[in-house]
Amino acid sequence: MTAPFFFWFFAAIVVFGAVGVVAMRQPVHSALFLLLSFFGVAALFITLNAEFLAAVQVLVYAGGIMVLFLFTIMLVNIRRTAGQPYVHRQAGAALLVAFFLLAVVGGTIVASSRTSGLADAPADPAKLSTTTISRMMTETVDGKTVKTPVTEQVAGNSQAVAWGLYRDYLLPFEVASVFLLVAMIGAVVLGKRTMEHVD
Amino acid sequence: MIGVTHYVALSFLLFAIGVTGVLIRRNLLTVLMSIELILNAANLNLIAFSRQLGDLNGQLFAVFVITLAAGEAAIGLAIIISMYRLKGSVNLDDASELKG
Repeated sequence: MTAPFFFWFFAAIVVFGAVGVVAMRQPVHSALFLLLSFFGVAALFITLNAEFLAAVQVLVYAGGIMVLFLFTIMLVNIRRTAGQPYVHRQAGAALLVAFFLLAVVGGTIVASSRTSGLADAPADPAKLSTTTISRMMTETVDGKTVKTPVTEQVAGNSQAVAWGLYRDYLLPFEVASVFLLVAMIGAVVLGKRTMEHVD
Repeated sequence: MIGVTHYVALSFLLFAIGVTGVLIRRNLLTVLMSIELILNAANLNLIAFSRQLGDLNGQLFAVFVITLAAGEAAIGLAIIISMYRLKGSVNLDDASELKG
C-alpha cells in the first residue's frame, strides 16, 4: 500500500507510545506517550489515503481530548498516590488474560492471512478521493427555466468524506451532533461543584 | 510489500496493549487513556479495510468512532473529577461500595 519504511517507522512509534501509556507510573507521562501514539496513528492514516481523518485525528485527539486529559490530571492531586503500587493486585491474572487474547486473535490473524485473499493488491486509491454526485442543473433557455439532471465527479478525499457524511449518512450525522450535545451537558452537570449539596 | 494484514496486526497489537492497560492499571485516568488506545485501534482497522476495498464507508464510520471517543472522554473525565471529590483519590480499588 505504501513504502514499507513509513509503515514500520510509524508502527514502531505507535506501539512505543502505547506501551508507554500502560507502563508509565505518572498519568502525565502516560498522557504524553498517548500524544505520541495519536500522532503515529495520524501518520498511518495518511499512508492509508485517509488525509481528512488524519487531520481530524490530530485536531480532535491531539488537540481536544489531550487538553481535556491534561486539565483533569492538573485538577486531581496526583502526588498523593505517588508512593503506592500503580498496578492492581490482580495484575498477574490480567496479564495472563491479555496474553491469551494476544495469542488467540494474533494466531487467527496470521492463520487467516495465509488462506484468505487479504494479501491481494489493494483497490485503486483514487476510489477514496473521488465521488460521483448527481444534481439538477438549472439554466435559462429562450427565456424558460430548464432543469436537467447532471452527474459529475468530485475530486479530493475531504470532498468525498463530506459528500458521504452530508448525503449518505445525514441522519447518523445529526444523531452524532445530538450525542455530543448530551455528552457536553452531562459533563457540565457532573463537573458542577454544587452537585455535592443535592444528595 | 505492506498489505492490509500488516495494518490489521498492528491494530490488534494496539488493541491488546489497550486491554492490558484497562486490566492492570489502578489509576482511572490511565484506564481512560487505554480505552482511547482501543478506539484508535478500531479506527486503524476500519481505515485499513477501507483502503483495501476502495470503499469510503470505512472512513465515514471512523468519523463516528472519533465522535464517540470525544463524548466518552468528556463524560469519563467528568466522572473521574466527581469521584475525586467524593473519595479524594482516582484509584479504581477505592471505589468498592458494590463489593459487598
